[in-house]
Amino acid sequence: MNTNFDFIQPVAGEQFEYSYKAEITNVYPLTPMEKLYQIQLVDPVERERFTFLPGQFIMLELPGIGEAPFSISSSPVRHGDIELCIRTVGNMTRFLDRMGRGTRVGISGPFGTHFPVEKMEGEDILLIAGGLGIAPLRSPILTVLEKRSRYGQVDIIYGARRPSELLFGYEYAMWRQFDVGLDIIVDQTEPGWQGPVGLITEILKQRIAGSDPDRFRERTSAIVCGPPIMFRFVCDLLIAAQLPVEKIFVSLERRMHCGRGKCCRCNIGSTYTCLDGPVFDYWSVLNLKEAI
Amino acid sequence: MLFKVFPAGELIRLFEILAADRIVGPVKKGEDQHGRSLYDFDVVHDFTELRLDYGQTIHSAKNWFLPYQEDLCTFTFEDGGSGDWHKEVDYGVYAPLVLFGLHPCDINALNKLDKVLLGGQYPNPFYGEKRANMFIVGHSCSPQPFCFCKSMGTDSAIRGFDLFLTRMDDLYFAEILSPRAFHLLEQIDCHDPDSREHHRYMEIMEAKESLYVAHVDTSDLTKILDLEFQASVWQEWGRRCFSCGTCAQVCPTCYCYGVAEQVDMDFTHARKEKMLYSCNLLDFASVAGGHNFRPESHTRLKYRYYHKHRGFVEAFEESLCVGCGRCGQACLAHITVPEVIASVRASKE
Repeated sequence: MNTNFDFIQPVAGEQFEYSYKAEITNVYPLTPMEKLYQIQLVDPVERERFTFLPGQFIMLELPGIGEAPFSISSSPVRHGDIELCIRTVGNMTRFLDRMGRGTRVGISGPFGTHFPVEKMEGEDILLIAGGLGIAPLRSPILTVLEKRSRYGQVDIIYGARRPSELLFGYEYAMWRQFDVGLDIIVDQTEPGWQGPVGLITEILKQRIAGSDPDRFRERTSAIVCGPPIMFRFVCDLLIAAQLPVEKIFVSLERRMHCGRGKCCRCNIGSTYTCLDGPVFDYWSVLNLKEAI
Repeated sequence: MLFKVFPAGELIRLFEILAADRIVGPVKKGEDQHGRSLYDFDVVHDFTELRLDYGQTIHSAKNWFLPYQEDLCTFTFEDGGSGDWHKEVDYGVYAPLVLFGLHPCDINALNKLDKVLLGGQYPNPFYGEKRANMFIVGHSCSPQPFCFCKSMGTDSAIRGFDLFLTRMDDLYFAEILSPRAFHLLEQIDCHDPDSREHHRYMEIMEAKESLYVAHVDTSDLTKILDLEFQASVWQEWGRRCFSCGTCAQVCPTCYCYGVAEQVDMDFTHARKEKMLYSCNLLDFASVAGGHNFRPESHTRLKYRYYHKHRGFVEAFEESLCVGCGRCGQACLAHITVPEVIASVRASKE
């Protein structure tokens, strides 16, 4: 057929488009808006081989509906048995909201950088989450708790709009059992709420004022995730407290269509949120225009 | 590099030999209101359709290696409402393709795309398989008034083609980069160039230099773009920009895309469709929940320049722009790259 040169047969592989087939094994409503989906890879070998690091994300595919990135909310110890905390907000998540146990979905990944909790051993850790920002932070929180003795002081500051929007409320007692300082603050109070009301920065200011200044300068790492507006205020406070910029880690959200550094939708300059992120240290963020 | 020379009349034989495979090259598509010819890359069915004298095509040749629309995979839903499905991936490459008559800018565009699409942890097989089955015949160009490839260092191609032809009076001077091209030339009447022909070739190259009119000063451009990130000139360009995405459509190196999934009418199949996108379109950086990271037109226009002229340079030490000038020609608001960059450099804030 071709007289000039041989046709190079495409490699029969699905590496680029490969997705693990997975099944929703449980769905827990956390609030009217968010649900926790437990998803298990169907193939037992794939399930065992699927490993990820805290802060990484997967692309969740609902055939015929869409594909979108979600950060993994569970501990890496559980391999291909992951939990995703998903807010019902777009077309795909609205569809997912109506799906229950047994739904077959596609998962590809894990992708991206992670929170380097292994490098933070021996140090104090400050985890700051705003709103749905707790979803990517639950994975490093659980990782740190599993190896609690290797870390110094661990503090979690979590802010939400209303008490009814707080996520993972059933786990706070468990977290506190691991000698974790957990502060929770809401913007607007609701009947029955006993805790503080205000902005997350107020709690952070109190924490900074109440602790030894050398602690921030010398032996603390911070992990921050929240809505875009929160990053700058929180990170500015941390920098003012002399926390080195390269020890502040943030997880950024962008639209992604491939997760593999090809579609450019998540680009900040030429930095791919999917490959170079989603976890960036604040030094990298300072070098990115319009990152936060 | 090996060089050969053959009489201009042999070109048709070269074409006929290659025509065993599908040939895509510059063809005349029509005329504009001033009677000037409009060219585009399309399938060439007959040698007489091939217009190697084209100045610049409206679109780049990218539709042939980065299609505007492409299916990434198809899903088949199992019967019986079990909710299970089966996924199939087809790269859509079934035959070789000959690209005939690419100018150096378009060849360099392919080299740049190779870096990003074939490099890294996840090489894109949809693109890679097309590239592997591609035979490229380049052709020298006559610089147009809007071409600024000289400034971008893409005015000559030193790799990324099989054969590169330069018209020399009644001869063709051929540069050969692949064994396939070498064997191809064995089938036509050609000879090694003598020193007179060497000199004639160099004369032609030298004469081309004076034809470049448009220029872009790229010295320290990455730093200047960082320093002028907040400059008001961006807002002025943003006011002119229609955010229509035409620049990305004609650009030989714009590769951004979006993915959408569709269920077939019979509800038994679905497919995942990739469509090339433009960072100038309103919803390019919007996320679920409604937040848009680049809501204003000037932020999107600026992003396009930052990706091409700053970000890509940081990643690969070369600009993603090849200076073909197509975006400026196609732009409804007459925004051209040399003007935008000159205005940013001249910004005094």
